Amino acid sequence: MRNRVIICEASEIIANGLTEIINGMAQFDVVARLDSPEHLSEKMLATDANLLIVNPTLLGYVYKDFIAQLSKDHPQVTVIALVTSCLDHSFLTPYDGVIEINDSKAKVIDKMNEFVQNETTKKNDDVELSKRETDVLVAVAKGMMNKEIADLMNISIHTVISHRKNITRKTGIKSVSGLTVYALLNNLIDENDLL
Amino acid sequence: MAKKKKSFTKDTKFAELLTGDRRLLQLLPRFGIGLGFGERSIDHVCQMNHVSTELFLMVCEIYSDSSFKPGQKELQSIDMSDLLSYLKASHQYYLGERFPHIEEHLQNIIEASGPKFGPMLRHFYDEYKQEVMRHIQYYEEEVVFPYIEALVNGQRTDSYEINEFVHNHTNIQDTLDDMMNILIKYLPGDILPKERIEISLDIMELSDDLNRHSLIEERILIPYVESLENAQP
Repeated sequence: MRNRVIICEASEIIANGLTEIINGMAQFDVVARLDSPEHLSEKMLATDANLLIVNPTLLGYVYKDFIAQLSKDHPQVTVIALVTSCLDHSFLTPYDGVIEINDSKAKVIDKMNEFVQNETTKKNDDVELSKRETDVLVAVAKGMMNKEIADLMNISIHTVISHRKNITRKTGIKSVSGLTVYALLNNLIDENDLL
Repeated sequence: MAKKKKSFTKDTKFAELLTGDRRLLQLLPRFGIGLGFGERSIDHVCQMNHVSTELFLMVCEIYSDSSFKPGQKELQSIDMSDLLSYLKASHQYYLGERFPHIEEHLQNIIEASGPKFGPMLRHFYDEYKQEVMRHIQYYEEEVVFPYIEALVNGQRTDSYEINEFVHNHTNIQDTLDDMMNILIKYLPGDILPKERIEISLDIMELSDDLNRHSLIEERILIPYVESLENAQP
């Protein structure tokens, strides 16, 4: 099935550029473009999109709940942050992935393919944590930051974020301290690891 | 889509409001509204207790209908100092009543959990409690509210703007939900199951209440303060 993409970005220049790249890919179509998040939810229903690329700066102070709610309302949609400015990484946790303004064309294409790849695996293994997710969980429980985990495991920060999102979806636990307790209870770490 | 239910007006009987949504009962002490109001109307009861009827109705609306969003005009009709004292009374209710109640239950569970799990639950809760205190006492009551009070009095400070507010906001509920998941799903099943069910019901109620509390801050407090900020040079 072809992937249906919605772009939510205020800058015409950026939106056009991204549309050009995505429409150039074999399995992707940009089915709608919005310059504000106002009618996003309706648009997603109307177009049956499975990928949403949205600039987090458009969402103002409601951003965090907005994306979390959106993911809840449209569980089949992968939500990607389009980062065009300096942004604290904690803002990106509710997203499934990140495209950055200075990513090369090849990188954007790679990422797009990876996003839909994740999406297919997302449906299959919904219960147990994968080996990779367990590794990330242990690192998080030990107090490591996303950047450190990325370096340690030799993966990108957005992959770490995507793993963390899956861990939270599977365990129902969001906070770092909660994940630490989870790891202890399941004997993935012991108290000595926390010193 | 569900039909939007008819909201209450100031002439509705006060008691009717409470039969419509019993959760609203917990709002009464925060507004300083006593029981024994008989058949009086909402407006009448509010006036008797020196509570702004508009604010009371607005808060009730948000409590019982999470999609409710007051318009600019309605927002202008409320008195900020009423809202702040309501929010402070809510904080007092959480810190002075709800959390100590949950702690009491938790203490029993911690004691029954033995040396392996007990200290870690204690640590998790203590850390959480600190976060709550940081947010409510040191942040909202010592930074945000004084800023708003100054703004209402026409004093503008450069040190803070209300749009920084929500960024600090969702963690409290998230961790509370985590605590519930740990108690229900992950702690070994034989440790005080009855007490764990009770505490979980308390946590759900508190979590729900905190959720409405944030909505009130997001839909009334923030837009109101923003309009104050914009009105000033």
